[in-house]
Amino acid sequence: MAYLEVRGLRKAYVTPRGRTAVLGGVDLTLDEGELVAIVGYSGSGKTTLVSLIGGLLAPDGGEIRLDGAPVTEPGPERGIVFQQYSLLPWLSVRDNIALAVDAVNPGLAAAERTRITDEFIALVNLTPAAWKRPRELSGGMRQRVAVARGLAMRPKLLLMDEPFSALDALTRATLQDELLRIWGERRSTVILITNDVDEAILLADRIYPMTPGPDAVLGPAIEVGLPRPRQRRHMSLEPAYQKARQALVEFLRSSYRSERPRPPRVA
Amino acid sequence: MMKFRLTSQVVLPLLGAACVLVLWAVVSVSVATDLPSPVRTWQESRRYVLEPFFKDGEMNQGIGRLAFYSLVRVGKGFALALAIGTPIGFLLGLSRRFHESFDPIVQFMRPISPLAWLPLGLVIFQKSEPAAIFTIALCAMWPTVINTAVGVRSINQEYLNVGRVLKLSRLKMLTRIVIPATLPYVFTGYRLSLGLAWLVIVAAEMLTGTPGVGGFLWQEYNSLVYSHIILSVLTIGAIGFLLDRLMGLVEARVRAH
Repeated sequence: MAYLEVRGLRKAYVTPRGRTAVLGGVDLTLDEGELVAIVGYSGSGKTTLVSLIGGLLAPDGGEIRLDGAPVTEPGPERGIVFQQYSLLPWLSVRDNIALAVDAVNPGLAAAERTRITDEFIALVNLTPAAWKRPRELSGGMRQRVAVARGLAMRPKLLLMDEPFSALDALTRATLQDELLRIWGERRSTVILITNDVDEAILLADRIYPMTPGPDAVLGPAIEVGLPRPRQRRHMSLEPAYQKARQALVEFLRSSYRSERPRPPRVA
Repeated sequence: MMKFRLTSQVVLPLLGAACVLVLWAVVSVSVATDLPSPVRTWQESRRYVLEPFFKDGEMNQGIGRLAFYSLVRVGKGFALALAIGTPIGFLLGLSRRFHESFDPIVQFMRPISPLAWLPLGLVIFQKSEPAAIFTIALCAMWPTVINTAVGVRSINQEYLNVGRVLKLSRLKMLTRIVIPATLPYVFTGYRLSLGLAWLVIVAAEMLTGTPGVGGFLWQEYNSLVYSHIILSVLTIGAIGFLLDRLMGLVEARVRAH
């Protein structure tokens, strides 16, 4: 059995204006230590999928198992890095991260928790800004805090919901490189949700394309054959890069063209 | 910081005040001849203003001293209003059952005038001072109750999700997320409550005859010293304005994160 097993996950939202089927049977598996990307158009249900795996929403059908245990509610073993950062504006950088450290290490002595908090602040290079409030930080710095908070939960699985989509291109590249470095050091199990094909190829071991909703499903996984550690430079010239990119773009294009898509089910 | 502008911040407001003064003077010599003119009002009130803390008797005191009595009374009533209103507001916002049980009562009691509560306060407490404070608290607490409840219910779901993912205990959820997120609303409620408390004080003092700006106003009406009514009215306005500005500053500080 895989580390993370998602089987036939379905979710619809019922509003006064009718019922919208968002996810129509999502299947997904992940091994421990893998970084898997899910790529899809905006509005296809990627955030819904994160909320379901995170336990913030209950699915209408299907099941999610992490390390053998069914997911029924939110918990720090499934850390989430939210798209809008979701930092608490009344807490400093340090206190935002400490909130997570304290929550998952209730038994530890205060001095030890302080040390761990400092470690995560240093991991994302924010030691000089530790006492600042989120409003005093740039978008890139805020997202660093959110990443540090997610990692500080010491999650079995880290869910990242379009973490860099709100950033400018230069900052995004810097943060992608940082994520690559951090993941290289820690080998966490990560699901990265993104709408950026190149970001997915740069970072992920495997990529699942997502069909546009309603009734979105994941297409067949595309392996990224690039060796690690990866370098952004010259990567686009590698045959493995071009192969992955072509497969991904082709799937996304064809699923978009067909009206009222009835996408291929993957066994 | 806003740039200081002579025209818009000094000249025009003074011009507006001058217009009202002229209107007052015209009315005092034409329509209502019992109304003291601005000049007569000043002549009969100057001692109260220039020696604000003299005391010749229970009801014949400098305006500063009278205002002080009123402020202390309002302070007590306001503090009581916050002490009762804030927790009720949080409970209304947090618990659906509590909201369903008590929101109708809140909506029912909110529009009741201080004039209606005061006799009831006198019946309950038998003394004018606690009755006045009871009335102030009961009338002033509603904006705090309602703003706090609205604040709790409009907390950004993102913040609550952070708490859920971290599995924070109920207590930590409250102290680390719910209360800080609600604070700006709470302080808007406090500012409105203070304004109401100051409105109520006059009615409370008039009915109970306790020394203070409102009590003074009513006594001078009965003694036919009409210029002192105007003095009291102006004092009430000035203090109300200052209190609102003061709370506005506190509110802005709380909102600034």
